[in-house]
Amino acid sequence: MIEIKDLHKSYRMGSNSLHVLKGINFSVKEGELVSIMGSSGSGKSTLLNILGMLDEADEGSYVLDGVPIKNLNEKIAARYRNKFLGFIFQSFNLINYKTALDNVAMPLYYQGLKRKERVEKAEYYLEKVGLAPWSHHLPNELSGGQKQRVAVARALASDPKVLLADEPTGALDSVTSHEVMDLIQGINDEGKTILIVTHEQDIAQMTKRIVNLKDGVIIDDSPVEQVRAKQYV
Amino acid sequence: MFEIERWQEIFETLRKNKLRTILTGISVASGIFILIILLGFSSGIQNGVEEQFSDDAKNEISIRTGRTTKSYKGLNPNRYIQLKNEDFADVNQDYDNYLEYRSANYSIWGSQVVYKNEVGNFSVRGVHPDFQFIEASNIVEGRFINQSDIEEARKIIVIGTKVKSEMFKNQNPIGEVVSVFGINFTIVGVYSDPGGAREEDNVYVPISSAQIAFNGSDNIRGMSFTVPMLGSFNKTLEVSNALTESIEAQIKQKYMVSPEDRSAVRIGNTLERAKKIYGLSQILSLVFWFVGLGTIVAGVVGVGNIMIIIVKERTKEIGIRKALGAEPFSIVSMILQEAIFVTMFSGLFGLIVGLGLLEIVGPTIENDFIKYPQVDFNTALYTVIILVVAGALAGFVPAYRAAKIKPIVALRDE
Repeated sequence: MIEIKDLHKSYRMGSNSLHVLKGINFSVKEGELVSIMGSSGSGKSTLLNILGMLDEADEGSYVLDGVPIKNLNEKIAARYRNKFLGFIFQSFNLINYKTALDNVAMPLYYQGLKRKERVEKAEYYLEKVGLAPWSHHLPNELSGGQKQRVAVARALASDPKVLLADEPTGALDSVTSHEVMDLIQGINDEGKTILIVTHEQDIAQMTKRIVNLKDGVIIDDSPVEQVRAKQYV
Repeated sequence: MFEIERWQEIFETLRKNKLRTILTGISVASGIFILIILLGFSSGIQNGVEEQFSDDAKNEISIRTGRTTKSYKGLNPNRYIQLKNEDFADVNQDYDNYLEYRSANYSIWGSQVVYKNEVGNFSVRGVHPDFQFIEASNIVEGRFINQSDIEEARKIIVIGTKVKSEMFKNQNPIGEVVSVFGINFTIVGVYSDPGGAREEDNVYVPISSAQIAFNGSDNIRGMSFTVPMLGSFNKTLEVSNALTESIEAQIKQKYMVSPEDRSAVRIGNTLERAKKIYGLSQILSLVFWFVGLGTIVAGVVGVGNIMIIIVKERTKEIGIRKALGAEPFSIVSMILQEAIFVTMFSGLFGLIVGLGLLEIVGPTIENDFIKYPQVDFNTALYTVIILVVAGALAGFVPAYRAAKIKPIVALRDE
């Protein structure tokens, strides 16, 4: 699903440049649930941003579901993001003046679906994350865990190839963290490829494979015995 | 641009952000409203000033005669030049194409007018029917002199409102008989003059009746004409000056008056005076245009400012939308369409309220220098369109920049 070869990225900070990714080789097969770990500054967020086409690599190749991702202009990047990727953010990033339902329907709007279809699909995914009764509530009327579940439903709505989650539990307490992880595991069980960036060991343990990043290189990449979040819920 | 889906999205955004929408709307609407009121009063003041100076027709040429002061072609000075009916007829015929209203006059200054026990001292003027328009008088009751009065030399008389109030108090004067130098005239009309009381103490009789009644034979004291207003003021002035010169030369030649003799034949041209008034109202309208333009510029800057704030406030939302697959164009058009819709809607609202207010308050204003404040609807509409277009242009820059922001940068913006 994801093929990355010899990926380099550096940021220019005034006169000196900061080499953040120093040759990453990494691949993810369909249906995997991978966590990317590392201390801050290890380059894990940069890697996720490149995978999410929110940022572009300086060197190396990136192939997503057989499509080489390079020389993207804004328009094509937007189209690919819409088609291939679903994002889950630490701070939820819901549009606060839109209801849960409308937030979930948003990527479908950019897919060009008609309103009726959008509402139908969005309702289906809200149901899936267990928030059907809250579909007409605004984000500020929801708890943190509920907000993140809306975000998960939104990420799923466009039926993407890969879900990218940047510290999805970073803003949640441990109980709701486990709820969200349970949801993510459930989605993975259905065959969705998911990448999670996290710095919490117990969250990483709930995935199937941990990639450890340090100073811009992968120092460890090994499968783990998955801990099911269900038992904590 | 006109997809229903996009408009639904925009209306929803506007509805969900009522405060922002209302504030933007109020600022645009009040700007347009102020502009309309300003333009209205500019035209009102212009109308008022023009009316202040409109006691006589602005384009009048008048000819009077006196005694010669220079010897010419062997004739002695101090000769009285007496104009005749035929002189009036000649000018009338020769310049027929260039003249609008024409009237000769035969006047007796300071005549005694007697009605029952009331006696008044007024000027009796024998004139043609057109004199009403040359003096820009308005008929308040009855009628003015007409052509058949002239032909039949009827003993009728038209009095000014001042004469009426002095001699008739509240009584209806129409049909009453007054005597002038012992000759009876029947009152057929009452006029008023925008120039006020000093222009209202004349009484008018048909010129033919005056000549017969006061032993004038076919003598006339003078004549007045008006030149029709042509396309531009300067062109009218040109024609009127040429006419003045030509008529003067013709009469001087006929009566053998030296071309340098200024007192034997006196010809006046009010258009030269009107030129100054026109100049004044032109300056006034220039001033109001300047203020109006300033208001529009301020409005455009205001709209641009609002746009920048809106974009700033929505940076994160834009980042989210982009991460979810919004193309840059859709971001720009979303912001612009919203802005255009709000400015257009509230601009028209301000326009209608402003026009409505002028329509309601305008006629009730009683001030010599403000009359009929009005705004041409098209001018107002263009103003709204200019504001909307300029506002959209001013908003385009921040919208475009917003669309360029990388989603990660926008999302980091907490």
